[in-house]
Amino acid sequence: MARSVTTQRKAINTLIAWTIGLLIFFPILWTILTSFKTEAQAIASPPIFLAFDWTLENYSVVQERSDYMRFLWNSVIIAGGSTLLGTIIAIPAAWSMAFVPSRRTKDILLWMLSTKMLPAVGVLYPISLLFVQLNLLDTRFGLTLVIMLINLPIIVWMLYTYFKEIPVDILEAARMDGASLREEIIHVLTPMAVPGIASTILLNIILAWNEAFWTLNLTATDAAPLTAFIASYSSPEGLFFAKLSAASTMAIAPILILGWFSQKQLVRGLTFGAVK
Amino acid sequence: MGRIVLEKVTKSFGDVEVIPPLDLTIEDGEFAVFVGPSGCGKSTLLRLIAGLEDVSSGAINIDGAEATDTPPAKRGLAMVFQSYALYPHMSVRKNIAFPLRMAKLDQAEINKRVEGAASVLNLADYLDRRPGQLSGGQRQRVAIGRAIVREPAAFLFDEPLSNLDAALRVGMRLEISELHERLKTTMIYVTHDQVEAMTMADKIVVLRAGNIEQVGSPLELYKTPRNLFVAGFIGSPKMNFINGSEASRFGAKTIGVRPEHIMISSDTGPWSGTVGVSEHLGSDTFFHVHNTGLAETVTVRADGEVGFRHGDKVHLTPREDVIHRFDDAGLRIT
Repeated sequence: MARSVTTQRKAINTLIAWTIGLLIFFPILWTILTSFKTEAQAIASPPIFLAFDWTLENYSVVQERSDYMRFLWNSVIIAGGSTLLGTIIAIPAAWSMAFVPSRRTKDILLWMLSTKMLPAVGVLYPISLLFVQLNLLDTRFGLTLVIMLINLPIIVWMLYTYFKEIPVDILEAARMDGASLREEIIHVLTPMAVPGIASTILLNIILAWNEAFWTLNLTATDAAPLTAFIASYSSPEGLFFAKLSAASTMAIAPILILGWFSQKQLVRGLTFGAVK
Repeated sequence: MGRIVLEKVTKSFGDVEVIPPLDLTIEDGEFAVFVGPSGCGKSTLLRLIAGLEDVSSGAINIDGAEATDTPPAKRGLAMVFQSYALYPHMSVRKNIAFPLRMAKLDQAEINKRVEGAASVLNLADYLDRRPGQLSGGQRQRVAIGRAIVREPAAFLFDEPLSNLDAALRVGMRLEISELHERLKTTMIYVTHDQVEAMTMADKIVVLRAGNIEQVGSPLELYKTPRNLFVAGFIGSPKMNFINGSEASRFGAKTIGVRPEHIMISSDTGPWSGTVGVSEHLGSDTFFHVHNTGLAETVTVRADGEVGFRHGDKVHLTPREDVIHRFDDAGLRIT
């Protein structure tokens, strides 16, 4: 009796989980489906779910009209570069906050977080001016820098949380064993924090990849990443849903694949320390 | 060589003074034990010597060299932590080799020393395992191995056995004592367990609230405790303290009698009372005697064969030659 109740409950839970999962995934699925329709089918009412003439035409048009690889490469450079740079800066910062906190550490952490609550548009003007002055407009370097700074508070916070989980005894043991600060961080702290660092890096790549506000405002052609690529298809002369969908699919595919392969690592990292 | 001298060392955390000015010398090759109740500052004192905490004032001298501001890595000391503090991502071999790698020794020498330590500590079969795959005792051995390969000036042990079960603790206690006999290196050992202190130490330092209450060999502390605190802390079961007229008879405010210095009998003796709880250890029995009019409970240690029951009326005879006398300030009267 007890067993059948469990099985039933399990089935219901599974059903609920799948329903929610599909609901969340549906917009992405719809985008992918639309990318294979003709423009007429894409706006057909009632919408056509699967019974349409599958075509790759949108992809070839998109590829013809714009150089996908250039946008992709910009995205890779900007997302990868800002993450790498941010991590290099954040590891020592999080180390000092976690292991040699001062009386102001908590305040600094909260202040850093508060910058994330600021509407980005509030600092658009000063940052744009700075970019103009420093000749950084539409450069990959400038954009990498800005996105790194935008996400730095999150990287520091996440690493800080992971580092807090590492017993300080082990770092002290390294110190007693003759390790310098650099050796302590390289040989002991970093390897122990690998799951945390990995999930921080992954999450940050995703955030940087999806960043649209700054990329749209600070780039034109040279440094434009995939977000700009998508935006270029929502044209004012009329909506081309199918082509927009094809562009979107191409833009999100790399990050979707990365996320798929690293989901175990991501989940493990995000719940790190939550369960003893 | 590892002579460690502390001169007027103090430590404060904010406004709280944890260690008031303290002087202490630990001779080369000595096994010194810091003992005291929790919060007495013994671990802090050890961490000051290690360099993991900075002194607020005063000087620390290791091996004749000023070491007050020397970072821990440069003090030539090795430490064994209560939590073992092994590197979880490294094999046993790499754990033990870590300090040698940090010292930039060549690989052949590292291998030689690691193998040496592993054979001494019976770890040879476990060298390629990770700490997570070892038992508590094995982990503690790895921690000790990591300390001995460095051939340090002194070993610092911070309650190294308190995470082990009782049987293992006794075994490891012996192993550490044997290690000391063999290496003849200075060891400083922190514990709250007075049995560990008594069995292992050449010199015991009894601490209370950051103050040194007494320094001496285990037997000195047992035979001539300087004050009531040391008298009560050293010895198990605890010394009986008696105030009032019985103490006045010996010319003292308080007298102390150890449970093993009281004879129990059914018919004769100057003190009398009724038996409460009896603790049978086999070799000995501890009787907790009530209603003596002297103290709430008088603990008596008797032979394991002696059999009194709960509620039995008994007579007690203290050995007057080993009665400890204390004055109004709680200090020993000599």
